[in-house]
Amino acid sequence: MSTLRHVPEPLSAAGAMRVITLRNYTTYKRYWKLFATGFLEPVFYLFSIGIGVGQLIDSFEFNGQQVSYAAFVAPAMLATSAFNGALLDSTYNVFFKLKYDKLYDQMLATPLTTADVARSEILWGQLRGAVYGAAFLLVMTAMGLVQSWWAVLALPAAVLIGFAFSAVCMGLTTFMKSFQDFDKITLAQLPMFLFSATFFPVSAYGDGLLRWVVEVTPLYRGVVLCRELTTGALSWASAWSVVYLVVMGLLGLLLVRRRLDTLLLT
Amino acid sequence: MISARGLRKSFGDFEAVKGIDVEVRRGEAFGFLGPNGAGKSSTMRMIAAVSPVSGGELRILGMDPAVDGPAIRARLGVCPQEDTLDNELNVFDNLYIYGRYFGIDRATCRERSEELLEFAQLTEKAKARVEDLSGGMKRRLTIARSLINRPDLLLLDEPTTGLDPQARHVLWDQLFRLKHAGVTLVITTHYMDEAEQLCDRLVVMDKGLIAAEGSPRELIAQHSTREVAELRFGVGEHDGLAERILDLGQRVEVLPDRLLVYSDDGEEVLSQVHTRGLQPLATLVRRSSLEDVFLRLTGRTLVD
Amino acid sequence: MTTTIDHDGPLSAGEGLVRQLDYWGTVYKRTWRGGIISSFVSPLFYVVGMGVLLGGFIEGDPARLEGATSYLAYIVPGLVATHAMTLAIGETTYPVMGGIKWHKSYHAQMATPLALRDIVNAHLAFTLVRVASACAVFMVVLSPFGVFESWWGPFLAWGTQVLVGMAFATVVYGVSARMQSEEGFGLIFRLGVIPLMLFSGAFFPIDNLGPVLAWLARLTPLWHGVDLSRMLCLDLVDWPMALLHLVVLVGVTVAGWFWAVSGLEKRMGDL
Repeated sequence: MSTLRHVPEPLSAAGAMRVITLRNYTTYKRYWKLFATGFLEPVFYLFSIGIGVGQLIDSFEFNGQQVSYAAFVAPAMLATSAFNGALLDSTYNVFFKLKYDKLYDQMLATPLTTADVARSEILWGQLRGAVYGAAFLLVMTAMGLVQSWWAVLALPAAVLIGFAFSAVCMGLTTFMKSFQDFDKITLAQLPMFLFSATFFPVSAYGDGLLRWVVEVTPLYRGVVLCRELTTGALSWASAWSVVYLVVMGLLGLLLVRRRLDTLLLT
Repeated sequence: MISARGLRKSFGDFEAVKGIDVEVRRGEAFGFLGPNGAGKSSTMRMIAAVSPVSGGELRILGMDPAVDGPAIRARLGVCPQEDTLDNELNVFDNLYIYGRYFGIDRATCRERSEELLEFAQLTEKAKARVEDLSGGMKRRLTIARSLINRPDLLLLDEPTTGLDPQARHVLWDQLFRLKHAGVTLVITTHYMDEAEQLCDRLVVMDKGLIAAEGSPRELIAQHSTREVAELRFGVGEHDGLAERILDLGQRVEVLPDRLLVYSDDGEEVLSQVHTRGLQPLATLVRRSSLEDVFLRLTGRTLVD
Repeated sequence: MTTTIDHDGPLSAGEGLVRQLDYWGTVYKRTWRGGIISSFVSPLFYVVGMGVLLGGFIEGDPARLEGATSYLAYIVPGLVATHAMTLAIGETTYPVMGGIKWHKSYHAQMATPLALRDIVNAHLAFTLVRVASACAVFMVVLSPFGVFESWWGPFLAWGTQVLVGMAFATVVYGVSARMQSEEGFGLIFRLGVIPLMLFSGAFFPIDNLGPVLAWLARLTPLWHGVDLSRMLCLDLVDWPMALLHLVVLVGVTVAGWFWAVSGLEKRMGDL
């Protein structure tokens, strides 16, 4: 070619994440009401279950510490709101962009790659999750439900939970055929939300197999991690939870990339 | 610009493209013609470096799409068959954000977006939502968007399908301007008039293979007669009557609603038809067009 | 053509419903599988998670649980009533906008002799059937677990739950018919459904909220439904109060029906 026109270099991975995030931010300005109210959900649950139901319950023992019921439920709400937010973003929203809006098709007609798309979508979910998480932690602090400086780390922990679930669920979403398939997501989401030692201690399951099963589910790891950080009752299990969630997220990311390749680059 | 040798594409057991050779030169307007399912869109997606090649060799702008996908796409403009506009962005942002995907800096992006809005006659609609645009406006926006990176090669997959006649002429005019500006165009279409108007050279594809190649005039000269007589009889009579006039032309094509008799002298055919006592409801003598070539190569022909 | 054409004027309300029976039957056949999860499985998770497991940590003290002898018995009547509300709102948000804007079934129905009122009635009747069947199955499933104190109370409680569903169905239908974009539904769920579900006395006695919030809760139709449903299930009926609950729920439903019909007339009449 003899053209001397300047063709910009294809974007770096970070540059690509920046422009896709710019796109998401631009569209999101239209939905600011949804954004602003999104953070209220865990607060409602905290007031209702934590305070309302909490008056019917004495304190719980957690890792050898006595914690009030509200202080017990609050970190779980932090974890589950990261979980619920990640699921919403990476299932419905991704499915819509993938199948109906054909958004990723248009992005891939440019120098962007499937890896750029996967990373940026997940990043976007976490940016939003981080804002919600920070706001919720402030509410907790204001209500006197934070009992340790370790709580500062509960924010990155919440983002980690969001990342792990976003990546895996986005990968699973690529297998979905129609919106009817989302019932299966509800079928997994609600029991995880209710049964991951969110509203009651894991001792409710006795000491048998059931308890063990609950303890290896990812949301349980996330809930306990947040609870250990905000109450300051840390244990080695915290480290395991972190490793668990990081590995889960990375595996999910690999899955998403491969699936987007097979779906979009046909 | 594009060079393909034995290019194939298969999806599982189904072979959409079965080994084609194509050479597109700089500055020309090149067309892929063919019925639905001929393999045009699969070929276009391979050229757009978003669909891996199943076999054969493909070079775009001298590069291998399997290795240099992003670098190739950086210099392509793609207008896909279905508009893939970003419904959550307004008209201006569709151009601006898309430009940013190419790594074009903000100021340049903004400037080009303004220019392209002008080009697509959408300046007044800059702040409008995409879903409020008419079909023609969306198509023009998609084409404008494909120009944001000042591409060397522009791929247009059925650019005017679904547009009203006015909108098609507006679009053709815009494509002529681009061609004059030196942009290489690759177009797929199943509108023959569009191919005749726009393409310098074209290939006719059928069932994944290339059936013919050349300029529109060459193809007509090679594959059709000078004139065509069109005869319309009553409903359901065409098949039976075809037998009685087979010898009047070099070839007779039976369409559901009419008979086409290919001959160098159409008027002569008509008078022979009348001499044989046949009374068509309507007749027309015209020059051969690309449509006749297309029917011949991809359609059902009774006599050759 | 010699066919005689009837010029009967508008259809009777009953005829309007009958003519749409097959349409809604087809909708049901297509969606009931997914409906099972939202109708039965999800609330069952709540009963097990909150009623049984969390309930294991709550003392069954009638003085603190409005007369219930276990937390499970306390929350079941409220949960079912809340569920009726959620289902009804689910049927009258996205599906209504779908009929107007996306799959446009209302446009097709409008082109027939059906009046807008008939379209609203059929949609609400479908919602009624879904809510009534879901609540009935639910009440039957729960009956062996010692949460009902009389044989007749649960039947009336079921009627209450259906009424709660209709009160919300009519009102929300009217809102959906007037709404231009589906963005608002997100707000209805976040600022309406979730707080109602959490603060209308389903999970805990509203007096735990403190006097101001408790009075606020008493103003919501859901609280009236939850309280009536509970007093019937626990066989602790305060008749004057029950009458008040009934009046409120019926009143909201009737007013909601007019609001729904006028909403659709405004929306579709302009086209």
